[in-house]
Amino acid sequence: MVAVSKLSFAYTPDRSITFPDFTLDKGEHCLLLGESGSGKTTLLHLMGGLLRGYTGSLQVAETELASLSEGALDKFRGKNIGFVFQKNHLISALSVEKNVIMSPYLAGVHIDTHHAHDVLTSLGLGEKIKSSVKEISQGQAQRVAIARAVMNHPDVILADEPTSALDDKNCALVIKLLLDVATRNNATLAVATHDQRLKDKIKNQIIL
Amino acid sequence: MNVFLLVWSYLKSKPLNTVLNIVLFALGIAVITVLLLFNNQLEEKISSNAKGIDLVVGAKGSPLQLILCNIFHIDFPTGNINLKEAEQISRSRLIKKAVPLALGDSYQSYRIVGTTSEYADLYHLELAQGAWWNKELETTIGATVARELKLNIGSTFQSTHGLAEGGSGHEEQRFVVKGILKQTNSVVDNLILTSVETVWHVHEHAAADSTERNHEAHAQPDSSFVASRLIPTHPAGDSTKEVTSLLIQYRSPMAAIQLPRMINGESKLQAASPAFETARLFSILGVGVEILTGFAYVLIFISALSVFIALYNSLKERRYDLAIMRSMGASKSKLFVNIVLEGVVLTALGSMAGLLLGHGILMALGTAVEEMRKAGLTGFVFYSAEWIILAGSLLLGMICALIPALQAYRTDISRVLASN
Ligand SMILES: Nc1ncnc2c1ncn2[C@@H]1O[C@H](COP(=O)(O)OP(=O)(O)O)[C@@H](O)[C@H]1O
Ligand SMILES: [Mg+2]
Repeated sequence: MVAVSKLSFAYTPDRSITFPDFTLDKGEHCLLLGESGSGKTTLLHLMGGLLRGYTGSLQVAETELASLSEGALDKFRGKNIGFVFQKNHLISALSVEKNVIMSPYLAGVHIDTHHAHDVLTSLGLGEKIKSSVKEISQGQAQRVAIARAVMNHPDVILADEPTSALDDKNCALVIKLLLDVATRNNATLAVATHDQRLKDKIKNQIIL
Repeated sequence: MNVFLLVWSYLKSKPLNTVLNIVLFALGIAVITVLLLFNNQLEEKISSNAKGIDLVVGAKGSPLQLILCNIFHIDFPTGNINLKEAEQISRSRLIKKAVPLALGDSYQSYRIVGTTSEYADLYHLELAQGAWWNKELETTIGATVARELKLNIGSTFQSTHGLAEGGSGHEEQRFVVKGILKQTNSVVDNLILTSVETVWHVHEHAAADSTERNHEAHAQPDSSFVASRLIPTHPAGDSTKEVTSLLIQYRSPMAAIQLPRMINGESKLQAASPAFETARLFSILGVGVEILTGFAYVLIFISALSVFIALYNSLKERRYDLAIMRSMGASKSKLFVNIVLEGVVLTALGSMAGLLLGHGILMALGTAVEEMRKAGLTGFVFYSAEWIILAGSLLLGMICALIPALQAYRTDISRVLASN
């Protein structure tokens, strides 16, 4: 599902970040570990097509990302990738439900409101469906972000420091939900983190 | 979820900003709309009232006053002219039609106009009910007069001397309504038409309370009777009688050059051209209209600026939102369209509110202010120029949103998302 080989990326011409080779199968989970500044976010953004212009090879869902135009990459991202970020970045003008529905809407796929409700309920947010996102806690917000990431049944879920801003209790809950949801969707999950609390949650680890 | 819902959600999340922008824009558009409706209707009224009348001949004085009094029936007469002199003028070969008017009385501030059946031809008047005036004190009244004063066929009323409300009454002479005209949307709707003799009669009574009624004798012509070319029921060459004015239709375009010069130069009378005087009137009014229009454009400019600033500022806060949307698969152009649409929705709502407000203001004025009602100015008319206002507003919204939308288009998503 993901194949990285001789991948490197340069923000500025004089300094480039080189990544280790690795592959991930469909449904496989892995942890991307490394110090702050080691390139975890950069790698996730490359895998999700948010950054372009790498050297080497990066294949996601059997597609070499460099071969896609910017527009094609947008579509690819909408269909195949689900993102979860450290700060959840929900759209504050919208309700919980609408935030989740944005995912299929923006990806241009069929909007299934029932599915959205199911996903939110399975993440314990059944009562918050119509709430404004300004009225929910940070842990709940992170769960909304997870719901949003899996709405389109993505092949790959990319999570960047999903637990770093959370307390221990929410940290454990969020990583558990993330793993559950990935397993249920048979999605490949890559979690980038320097959060030591996650070390024993996922066996498969790649050190940057 | 659709693009309008998304745009609307953003606008709703900043209700004060949104309302301020819409209200500002609406005010500017409302002023423009009021001016448009007012000006257009006024121009239509003026041209329909003056249609077919090439020249007005009356006593010397202000030419504008002569036109205002005898065509639009708003100003007072410049004085009266001698019937014999008027007949001499009307003999000119340059004239196709000359219609006498005798003014001086009113009823409830609606003017009583003594004239002949030619007047009806001139304005293409048609009866809605009843008949034309024939005998003395018979009247045929305009549609507005009938409606506002609740007069029917057979109703009688007493005139007042003078053209304003509250003049002294003419006792004893009771006018009777013989007919009611169809609505013309011209000034005739506000007139009470009767014969010239009736106006004379009423005035002779008022002046001398004379019992001498020679005009009635004239009504039964004998063998030596030579009818006046202006008033067929009256003998020619009567220099004791007066009329207020003559409405003249030219026989040929040549008349436009010769006739006014001839009348103004050689006689004690005055000739004024409705086309020329109304053009002059409009150029005077135009200054005021231009000032107001300028004011409206300033308002619209300020509100456009306010829309721009609101979008520009909100975009700073929305960098994350935009990046997140891109991470969910939205294309650059989708975000661009979204922001542009936000500007367009703001100005579209403002513009529609403004158009409604403009019509509302004129509707309110049209029912509350008697002068407006009499002039037939209403808010219930629509002009195609309003589509242009609406389209222009949409365009302006697009322009205001262009720079913010370009910023959204250019957002470096990776950098925004990395900078937690
Ligand atoms: N937009 C950028 N421009 C230039 N350098 C950057 C940019 N983003 C990240 N970097 C650099 O790239 C390296 C990797 O950063 P990042 O991928 O954010 O690491 P991590 O997520 O592991 O903390 C760092 O040295 C950082 O300074
Ligand atoms: Mg990082």
